[in-house]
Amino acid sequence: MKNPIIKTFPQGGVHPHDNKLSAGSPIARLSLPKTVFIPVAQHIGSPAVAVVKAGDKVKTGQVIAQGAGFVSANIHASVSGTVQKIDEVMDSTGYKRPTIIIQVEGDDWIEGIDLNSEIRREIKLNPEEIIKRVQDAGIVGLGGATFPAQVKLSIPKGKTAEYLLVNGAECEPYLTSDHRLMLERGEEILIGVQILMRALKVTQARVGIENNKPDAIQVLTGLAAKYNGIEIFPLKMLYPQGGERQLVKALVNREVPPAPAGLPIDVGCVVFNVGTVFAVYEAVQKNKPLIERVVSLTGPAVKKPSNFLVRIGTPILEMIQAAGGLPEDTGKVISGGPMMGRALNSLDIPVTKGMSGIVLLPRGESQRKEVLNCIRCAKCVSACPLGLEPYLLMTLAEKKFWDRAENEKILSCCECGCCSYICPANRPLLDYLRLGKLTVMKIIKSRKSHG
Amino acid sequence: MDKSKLLTISLSPHAFGEFSVRKIMLGVVAALLPAFGAAIYVFGLGAIQVILVAVAAAVFAEYAIQKFILKGPVTITDGSAIVTGVLLAFNLPSNLPWEMVIIGSFVAIGVAKMSFGGLGNNPFNPALVGRVFLLISFPAAMTNWPKPLVNRLAVTDALTGATPLAILKEGIKNGEKVLDLMPQLPSYADLFLGNIGGCIGEISALALILGFIYLLYKKIITWHIPVSMVGTISVFAGILWMVNPARYADPLFHILSGGVLLGAIFMATDLVTSPMTPKGMIIFGVGIGILTVVIRVFGVYPEGVSFAILIMNAFVPLINKFCKPVRFGESTAHG
Repeated sequence: MKNPIIKTFPQGGVHPHDNKLSAGSPIARLSLPKTVFIPVAQHIGSPAVAVVKAGDKVKTGQVIAQGAGFVSANIHASVSGTVQKIDEVMDSTGYKRPTIIIQVEGDDWIEGIDLNSEIRREIKLNPEEIIKRVQDAGIVGLGGATFPAQVKLSIPKGKTAEYLLVNGAECEPYLTSDHRLMLERGEEILIGVQILMRALKVTQARVGIENNKPDAIQVLTGLAAKYNGIEIFPLKMLYPQGGERQLVKALVNREVPPAPAGLPIDVGCVVFNVGTVFAVYEAVQKNKPLIERVVSLTGPAVKKPSNFLVRIGTPILEMIQAAGGLPEDTGKVISGGPMMGRALNSLDIPVTKGMSGIVLLPRGESQRKEVLNCIRCAKCVSACPLGLEPYLLMTLAEKKFWDRAENEKILSCCECGCCSYICPANRPLLDYLRLGKLTVMKIIKSRKSHG
Repeated sequence: MDKSKLLTISLSPHAFGEFSVRKIMLGVVAALLPAFGAAIYVFGLGAIQVILVAVAAAVFAEYAIQKFILKGPVTITDGSAIVTGVLLAFNLPSNLPWEMVIIGSFVAIGVAKMSFGGLGNNPFNPALVGRVFLLISFPAAMTNWPKPLVNRLAVTDALTGATPLAILKEGIKNGEKVLDLMPQLPSYADLFLGNIGGCIGEISALALILGFIYLLYKKIITWHIPVSMVGTISVFAGILWMVNPARYADPLFHILSGGVLLGAIFMATDLVTSPMTPKGMIIFGVGIGILTVVIRVFGVYPEGVSFAILIMNAFVPLINKFCKPVRFGESTAHG
């Protein structure tokens, strides 16, 4: 049974070429590297605190850094071996962060983890136990936001969850890790959805998938017939369809109030990425912590665009080599997709929990073009999915009119990049919007602290 | 260090769309081609001369100002001066002496565009400023229209006639009824196809509508301004016509004659000088429509599109201030 209505969000958005070059490559397990580099801060919130020291022997799955408080996440050894040292290593954000470096000596797992590939369907844990298990497993939002999952599962007082929404849109060009996961691990994902529904005490779950993945829509729709309360919805191919606000609007026709205050729970929704849902399945049904994830390694000149199941902490160079080596003409290496990803300055940067893909762009696509005068074409206004006026916000940020920028709702910006993407004059709209957001947030903070 | 191995670092996004300023400008020129063809067919060599002189003078003016006065980068390759030149020429009679055309181009580029800071910063449509400057400076030459389909090989026409709007205005002033004037006016078919006197680019409604479809298809403009402007003119002129058909022309005549379609499709939609939100664009189009009919019916000039657009250009900053896009999630936030 296919759902005939293709849903989407009502305003803005752009149509980048989807370039899903690695969509046909099944998930392949990447062999273990010689050394892994595991940062203690791979999530939003407080960095985890290292509980191992140089010289310690660790086993795969063992906690090596303890989450510091509720908004934090445990970090586990992704291999077995010897802790070489804890040092400052640059991660995909470009900052040097404390990182546990482990010399790999095989793959010896700790006790109590079910490594059998058999699917475990029966859910035995109660909601509190599920949340505890998710927290212990160090699960964060794998779509890239890296928000600790147990926080989302704990509904604040006064709010109620009605819907669990699952993000399978994967609207970023190039990336295919969620797509492959839905094709190959569809049943596990749906069991994960059931687990999350139980934890949230909701009876309805909706999975949204962009309709450039008809095979994934078909597979999950077929499987969902066996599960109560799970519906699969095809979504229009329109970036940023997988943005939290756009997804909620498309799937349940509710508008999450503007950032920074508004959250999906304000309209009764909790949103998880399919990758996160799969990790929840493994944590709850297999007692397996988050020590590996699927990462797409792709790009126009990549010999074998691939989807790898990679241990956290593996340098991205290992994946690049497994996909046929670094193309001669590579000019930019992006962690994440080309719309919202970060450009990396090194191939030694380790895979972290939030890394959904590595995109290698050729030199010709790496440089920005010459910035011209704004011709007031209003394309940025019509492309903005949040109804902002990027051309105006950029001018206000340039001229440091912070009060006006705040009044014009600069903090609502989700940094999706539609404005910069569409601008015919190549204006760095989003750069200035980011600068404006940061400055306005600082001003608000100091205003609050001064009473 | 091996520079060929260096990686580029920049903030997202890392992908960009296919729009560029040059593509937009050349798209506008392409959309003007049907009207250009109609002009050559109807007015002959005169039209070609005016267009070529206007474009050359506009591009030269921009080049000279950027090179010798501003001593900065020269941006004539963006195509915007070509668009200004063509649009100015389209708003001139085909027998206008070339020196006046040059003056018009210089005013359009020098005064209306470059003195405000160049492309993107001008509050008023440059081509229309050039046209209105010429209309006020050389009123005789600017209202001396060659007859259609005659003397097409001459660049200055001896045979001239009034535009349909001028015939109407003059007749009504002399106390004649619209119905009695009808034999002097061209048929609707001639108005639609362009077999009428008038400015170079405004005569053929058909050619202009083809250009409109192209602009919409290429997503260079949206429907809001042309539809709201033409819609307002038909409603306003329609009400007047129903009240007193002896004194007021019917709405179809208003739309097909004069510069309504050229103005609605190519002049009012000028990206730089029109509002930024759909709501603002509709207010802008409605304002132009009302002012056009007011000037045509109650003013001294037979035609009012240029003035109406320039007046509404002045309101654009105000419109932008008050017409905000629909902010996502605001309705939920306020209950």
